[in-house]
Amino acid sequence: MNTPYLQLNGIRKSFGRFEALKGIALEVARGELMVFLGPSGCGKTTLLRIVAGLETQDAGTIVQDGRDISRLPAVDRDYGIVFQSYALFPNLTIDSNVAYGLVNRRDRRESIKGRVRELLTLIGLPDSGLKYPSQLSGGQQQRIALARALAPAPGLLLLDEPLSALDALERVRLRGEIRALQQRLGVTTIMVTHDQEEALSMADRIVVMNQGRIEQIGTPREIYELPTTPFTADFVGKVNVLPAIVEQGGVCRVGTMSLVLGRSDLISGTAVKLYLRPEDIALSMNGAKATNTLPATVAKVEFLGAFCMVGVALDTPGVPPLVLNVPRHAVAEAQLRPGTAVSVCLPPAALRILS
Amino acid sequence: MATAAATLPPPLPAVRRVHHWQERLAQGLLVACCAALILFLFAPLFMILVKSVQDKDGAFVGLLQFQQYFETPALRQSIVNTLWIATAVTGVTVPLAFMYAYALTRSCMPWRGFFRVIALTPILAPSLLSAISFIQWFGTQGLLKGLLGGASIYGPIGIILSSIYATFPHALMIVLTALLLSDGRLYEAAESLRTPTWRKFFTITLPGAKYGLVSAAMVVFSYTVSDFGIPKVIGGNFSVLALDIFKQVIGQQNFNKGAVVSLILLAPVFVAFVVDWIMQGRLQSQFSSRAVPYAPKPKRWFDGAMLAFCVVVALLLLAVLGMAVYTSFIKLWPYDLHFSLRHYTFGLIDAGVIVSFWNSVKMAAATAVFGTMFIFGGAYLLEKTTGMNGVRKLIRLLAAIPMGVPGMVLGLGYILFFNHPDNPLNGLYHTLTILVLSTVVHYYTSSHLTAVTALKALDNEFEAVSASLKVPFYKTFFRVTVPVCLPAILDIGRYLFVNAMVTISAVVFLYAPQTQLASVAILNLDDAGEIGAAAAMATLIVAASSLVCVVYAGVTRLLLTRTQAWRKPSAAG
Repeated sequence: MNTPYLQLNGIRKSFGRFEALKGIALEVARGELMVFLGPSGCGKTTLLRIVAGLETQDAGTIVQDGRDISRLPAVDRDYGIVFQSYALFPNLTIDSNVAYGLVNRRDRRESIKGRVRELLTLIGLPDSGLKYPSQLSGGQQQRIALARALAPAPGLLLLDEPLSALDALERVRLRGEIRALQQRLGVTTIMVTHDQEEALSMADRIVVMNQGRIEQIGTPREIYELPTTPFTADFVGKVNVLPAIVEQGGVCRVGTMSLVLGRSDLISGTAVKLYLRPEDIALSMNGAKATNTLPATVAKVEFLGAFCMVGVALDTPGVPPLVLNVPRHAVAEAQLRPGTAVSVCLPPAALRILS
Repeated sequence: MATAAATLPPPLPAVRRVHHWQERLAQGLLVACCAALILFLFAPLFMILVKSVQDKDGAFVGLLQFQQYFETPALRQSIVNTLWIATAVTGVTVPLAFMYAYALTRSCMPWRGFFRVIALTPILAPSLLSAISFIQWFGTQGLLKGLLGGASIYGPIGIILSSIYATFPHALMIVLTALLLSDGRLYEAAESLRTPTWRKFFTITLPGAKYGLVSAAMVVFSYTVSDFGIPKVIGGNFSVLALDIFKQVIGQQNFNKGAVVSLILLAPVFVAFVVDWIMQGRLQSQFSSRAVPYAPKPKRWFDGAMLAFCVVVALLLLAVLGMAVYTSFIKLWPYDLHFSLRHYTFGLIDAGVIVSFWNSVKMAAATAVFGTMFIFGGAYLLEKTTGMNGVRKLIRLLAAIPMGVPGMVLGLGYILFFNHPDNPLNGLYHTLTILVLSTVVHYYTSSHLTAVTALKALDNEFEAVSASLKVPFYKTFFRVTVPVCLPAILDIGRYLFVNAMVTISAVVFLYAPQTQLASVAILNLDDAGEIGAAAAMATLIVAASSLVCVVYAGVTRLLLTRTQAWRKPSAAG
């Protein structure tokens, strides 16, 4: 494997008594877009600011492109940064904002002009150079902030919740644009967000963080389909949780019912939790006999647009209610309403066992 | 290796950041700021503490001098006098200011802008002006002497009336802010619940203005306690603490006694200051950025009554200012009312007193320019650079102190500290420089808060962005921070200028014959019975301050028009 572009080792940080980061180690590959995902207060922003040199870690090392930058001040590091608040200089034109970091390198005026034009074209705002930030929309301002950060061609791009201040439509549009731009330029990027959808749609790899620790690192699919910790399963996407006891022969007991598991390597008698995504539960009306098919009664139907969230109570006593995602048409076809008797199927392959 | 570090963190020594020379520069400047505040604020005040427990020969005597002070009935009387005068002034000024502010914000009466300007004019005048004016109206030869029914204006009545005039605008500004911050939606909600007007007043308006009212009361109280010009001119034999300091120091050259009185004067002012500080904090937190300003609806009776009230108050205020101006332009009140410039030509220019006016202008200009640079620069370093958190805390504390220290106390501290033969800086004593320094320090807190507020309104990440783009912080300071904060910077400059023109309490101890200031000249002219010339000097001060305010308004307006392109609020969220 190639040497990673950025290596963090044993990063710790406390604010007074509060331990914000409790020993973080991770590696970012060259050209990769890595997302730090977690609830507020999990330490993701602190970690980003440590990478940027805006905070100093209490312990741990940071190596960027083979250079130990652990102790360097922000000015001596190599990165561009974009903040949630845009942080555009309000009294400077768009041109001057984008050129801000170039002017200081004493580049020739012509080459600065060319670079600014190039970047404004790249972000799709070629004609806004003479405007002021306040004359642009939020999404446009954030594009300018991105152009300003990229102008000196930094080796690393840091994005601190770049989309959180935007309205829903802008957010979806801009996240696609940022991702496309990042892939086109091949710039190694770290983005911080608390929005799982953003993380899943943009990242090469996601770092799920919780209470100053890394819960899991993986590709968006791995994070969603194969969560390794209860926190990840719960934080990314919706999930049904069933407490269970392992029995002999790849079977476990939930309440008074037995479920077939996809594996038989677990020690009998262990208490586990089964995690199951709502869209993995199949619904049938005619009592088909697939594995783990159980009779149930619809308790609640919540219309969500393309899907309906259907709550069902299993007819077996002692089992918690389940939530299913059912396409709108299927709900109409089956005429689901509270009280309808149905069968639900919990496919063994979709049952994720975490202790 | 990487995984080992993650799972088993070795007890490493704390990571020590390498500091870039730019960070070092910022931190060095911050330390310099702190050192300046210690030297020019803390050290002089500390000297007062030291002196108060020493006798004339410098021997430690503990609290003996305090004991002696309290055993002297005349001096004890001063404490009582000071406190009841200040209480009376507060009791009149604050309700008056509240009514006036209520009229300006809650009625649809005409000419509200005009009334606001009139009410703020007393700020432009030295407090002595009102004392002179009341003497002209109600004094021995006063036009309205009969209204007092035999009582004398020279004494508590004169002090109270003059103080009300001088403190009114200060109280008004605070109450006005409190009323303007109220949320219009609360009134709409109340209206939809059919709340009667009086109930809206007691359940929404008054609670909303509560902190502002307490804050205004504290400011008026400390202003009255601290002021020495008014009792000096109109107080007759009525003794108050501020005057006692003056008498001890200038009259008897007893600096130790002066220090004792200073500390006694400091006590109530400092209590008021602490209360005010807490109230200001609550006033700020009460304000939510989502609040919708209250828009009053026309109500004929109410608007009419409010207009009548404002007309009366404005006329009274103008009568005070007008009398002083009038006195300066006639031959001799009340015997010869012919127009004459003799108080200016004869009384000021020929007598050579006019020099002190130019001294004042020079001093005020220097205070405005250097004070603004230092205060804004200091606030910037404090708010926008990093490292040295201990120094930062100390600066924050030091910057808050001047508001709680009466000018007399600061001035006495300056004498004690800078006139000390062992102080290498004693060359400063009696120079214009020390007048500028003491004035900057005296008015530090308000200016500092204005600067901090303006800086806090800027995006916190400008400095981080600059660092990531490898632009030194001072470039961003000059290219972005200063231009964006220019309105606040000009405001600080004007505030310092106007206050430097009228200040008397601190500088009265520090001037030399060749650096006498206009406000001190008024005092001396009044002492010499030259009330016409004193009025002329006061008029000149008002004129100079007004001119600066007009220029300020013009420049600000021009600036805002020219930078409108980027200052207007964002079109899209």
